[in-house]
Amino acid sequence: MSSLAPKLCVADVSMTFQTPTGAFHALAPITLSIPQGRFVSLIGPSGCGKTTIFNIIAGLLEPTGGRVLIDGIDATGTIGRVGYMLQKDLLLPWRTVLDNVILGMEIQHVPLRAARERALPLLHRYGLAGFEYLYPNALSGGMRQRAALLRTLLFDTDVILLDEPFGALDAQTKLRMQEWLLQLWSDFNKTVLFVTHDVEEAIYLSDEVHVMGTRPGRIIANIPVPLARPRIRGSVLTGEFLAIKERCLELLHLEGTASEQINEAA
Amino acid sequence: MAVQDTSPSVGPMASLDRGQASVQSARPAAKPVRRLPVQKDWRAWALISAQIGILIGGLSLWEIGARAGWIDAFFWSQPSAIAQTMAIFFGSGDAWTDISFTFRSTIFGFLIGTTAGSLLGLSFWWSRNYAAIVQPYVICLESIPKLALAPLIILVFGIGLLSKVAVATALTLVVSTLTANAGVKALDPDGEKLFYSLGASRLQVFRKLVVPFCLPWIISVLRVNIGLALTGAIVGEFIASQHGLGRAILYAGQTYDIALVWVAVLVLSTLAMVMYATVSWVESMLRKGVRQ
Repeated sequence: MSSLAPKLCVADVSMTFQTPTGAFHALAPITLSIPQGRFVSLIGPSGCGKTTIFNIIAGLLEPTGGRVLIDGIDATGTIGRVGYMLQKDLLLPWRTVLDNVILGMEIQHVPLRAARERALPLLHRYGLAGFEYLYPNALSGGMRQRAALLRTLLFDTDVILLDEPFGALDAQTKLRMQEWLLQLWSDFNKTVLFVTHDVEEAIYLSDEVHVMGTRPGRIIANIPVPLARPRIRGSVLTGEFLAIKERCLELLHLEGTASEQINEAA
Repeated sequence: MAVQDTSPSVGPMASLDRGQASVQSARPAAKPVRRLPVQKDWRAWALISAQIGILIGGLSLWEIGARAGWIDAFFWSQPSAIAQTMAIFFGSGDAWTDISFTFRSTIFGFLIGTTAGSLLGLSFWWSRNYAAIVQPYVICLESIPKLALAPLIILVFGIGLLSKVAVATALTLVVSTLTANAGVKALDPDGEKLFYSLGASRLQVFRKLVVPFCLPWIISVLRVNIGLALTGAIVGEFIASQHGLGRAILYAGQTYDIALVWVAVLVLSTLAMVMYATVSWVESMLRKGVRQ
């Protein structure tokens, strides 16, 4: 039974920002329940509060209402419980790739030598061999994202939040990084919450796609993705995949026109 | 009908011809043929000999001009007299006392001002409220011409080494504070977010993010501060001192010993160059540690 209990639970979390022009409802009460080892995506128009949810789960923002539970324990407003990869790679330019990747362990007081010994084989296995002692400015965009992702993984939390990690990459690199991410996910058995603008990316990677609406940010649909794993590139052309994609796009489109109508009325 | 048909077709044709004619007349008869200007770099030895040549030429003109009476040697002195005075200056024991006095006050002022200023600037990261309260004072201090305070500083700290160190510190401190603070302000809030998401403490963020991030800013102020500290030390000596190159210059000027003024200025420039070279070396070492 315990294995079926959600790994990460976002219970009725809402967020209201006080602005000079009045209260701004960024998030209506949102509830998410994610079992261990799942890959879940959030898609939605910009400004729908995806990043706000992430900041709340990571403890960087205190929600106005509701709680965040990890393994059933209240983790609202506590930092260092989940791995969080922000939109930017945020590699420190004065550290080598190796020393960037061990940052999380270093902050958790793992001795430097032990941390490096743990990180080195992973850098070799996951496509950063030969880059260990280079500085981030010598790396391409894809390589920087790999390093940032490995830093998040090596922080050693069960839950990982990825905020548009491949948003700034070119199409070819993006596809390769998706394969690479799925490889990592199956090797490490992490619970992943993934934010993206790219509907195809969300479906291809995920077990479940949550479609979000805006003003206030809320979840308007939860679409399961029953495609078999391991997934192959060709599956994006199957009827099943396209049906899910169409449904997502339709929801996003409806949401878009609805919010436009609200804007016109206001 | 035929007349009516042709007349409108002539109209536009005619205007078209005129249009073409005007385009052709706007175009210059022939474009001048121009190539990309290419500058040939001289060899290093050629550049150095040119530099030495200018130096020797200038000094010779000065000497000849002074002897021929074109230049008033009483006000401007002349290279041969300066050379003689230099030999006397270094022959007497005072030279090394003066040099070491000025050198020490500069170095101490530089070290104290740069360190304290950088720490003060970095400290603004710790508390927004504290920064908001203190920053206006720092900006006020920046706008005060610190040298105007030098007489006061001499009164408080006496005519010894301490007062010179104090003037040099006053000049370097505020610049370092503002520069380090500029570094703190340029810090990406997302960088802090990353550290906090990894469960970092404030001290860890400060040590592992804020300090290394601001180090290039602090390094960039080192060279400026050497010049400022030297200025502070000299002005302190101008006002009241028993030793130092600044005192030597003031004394020589008051006794119309212009050659000695030149000697002291030459020694000062040498001192400044040595310190610049040292700071540049320290800078390159630090930069190597910071990035690349």
